[in-house]
Amino acid sequence: MANRTIIPFGPQHPVLPEPIHLDLVLEDEKVVEAIPNVGFVHRGLELLCQKKSFQDMVLVAERICGICSLIHGVGFVQGIEKVMNLEVPERALFLRVFWGELSRIHSHILWLGLAADAIGFESLFMHSWRVREMVLDIFEETTGGRVIFDAVKVGGVRKDISKETFTRIMKQLDKVEEEYKQIAEVFIKDFTIIHRWSNVGVLSKENAAKLGAVGPTLRASGIKSDTRMLKYGAYEKIDFEPIVEHTCDCYARSLVRVKEVYQSFDIIRQCYNKISEGEIETKVTGFPTGEFFSRVEQPRGEVIYYVKGNGTKFLDRFRVRTPTFANIPPLLQMLAGCDLADVPAIIISIDPCISCTER
Amino acid sequence: MSDILTMCKIVLSSLRKKTACQMYPVKPAKFYKNSRGHIALEPAKCILCTLCAKRCPTGAIEVDRTKGVWQINRFKCILCNECVHSCRPVALSMENQYAAPSANKDIETHNVEIKKPAAKPVAPGESAENS
Repeated sequence: MANRTIIPFGPQHPVLPEPIHLDLVLEDEKVVEAIPNVGFVHRGLELLCQKKSFQDMVLVAERICGICSLIHGVGFVQGIEKVMNLEVPERALFLRVFWGELSRIHSHILWLGLAADAIGFESLFMHSWRVREMVLDIFEETTGGRVIFDAVKVGGVRKDISKETFTRIMKQLDKVEEEYKQIAEVFIKDFTIIHRWSNVGVLSKENAAKLGAVGPTLRASGIKSDTRMLKYGAYEKIDFEPIVEHTCDCYARSLVRVKEVYQSFDIIRQCYNKISEGEIETKVTGFPTGEFFSRVEQPRGEVIYYVKGNGTKFLDRFRVRTPTFANIPPLLQMLAGCDLADVPAIIISIDPCISCTER
Repeated sequence: MSDILTMCKIVLSSLRKKTACQMYPVKPAKFYKNSRGHIALEPAKCILCTLCAKRCPTGAIEVDRTKGVWQINRFKCILCNECVHSCRPVALSMENQYAAPSANKDIETHNVEIKKPAAKPVAPGESAENS
């Protein structure tokens, strides 16, 4: 047996935008075990619910993560609305889906860029982010913010989109899709990418189910699971099929994301065709009493929100289970047995968001 | 089928295109009507009702009704637009240009003219000290 060495990976590492620390136990160049250590950016956001009113907490929930901010807000707001039995106008629900899918597009393109950067494909990284910039412009035009939107509120949304703006945005999105198509081709066909990601970080279907993987990581292991299938919000009026890949490696995980962007473009078009004129918010009276588990699908996977109200404007309890938190045990499984040089590519392949995980 | 030509095509075609960057300091930044840059106050319209300070989720705004002072801490402000929504006399507005960077965490102060007496009228029979 070769000598065992422990190599620390992170919290500061060129491939990681956020701090996660892994102790990699190596035998020669092979990783035998990875021991995670998180908690560098814990902010105690969950306890803030006892100091901020439930309406202000939407702003805190949106700031849990800088990438899927809007969907965090939707998850929280959906929980409060169920507790208070609020009827949300249909237009507001469709607008939430519109911005949510736009978030998915920008998050996935961001990930594609970062993943290309992790394997040293700098030019592809730059081109991916050039395309993402066009999506951020649409966000700035419609909500006023580029990554933190503050567009969701309890009982509806804060901003409306006029018919003309919506039509113009749809034309703009056609252009984005055209640009994206060229980039996506590279992720599907390029020799470097296939060579680098195929058979790397394999997570079998059984392990993915057993360890509780979520989102694209789960779907790339051949399991058809998507929280949007629960038909929450306006998703009940939208047709789509989750994208599933069966090769279970890093390449499959990138393919799922590449295809999900096309799916999001399709859902946005359905939104545009099905959205009706009307109110964008309902009046909120009273305070929440009771508890609810709200589940929504983020770009990274399923996020669970637990809210418990006690009849005052402050909540009793607010708990978030984020997708990266669920994806860390599968990540450790993928790392066991891989080469040291593959570690960055595998860690990036679950799309880790540490600020989400540590809240 | 794997190839390297797809990426080569993108790289070569982008050589002929103009730069994708905005060249920011040379050309002015691009803003939209909704862009949230900073909160601006028009002191002439302000009636010192303190509603903005009460609605601010981060406590960035402070209003002193007796001295006629309206203050904002730009480092605390998260540009959520709540104060602008709550401002009845429309003294507050959201401007597109981002707030200027600062080396010190100063609090911006505006002096507002007090339009009505700040102290509550004293009820008959009560002394001024008790009120």
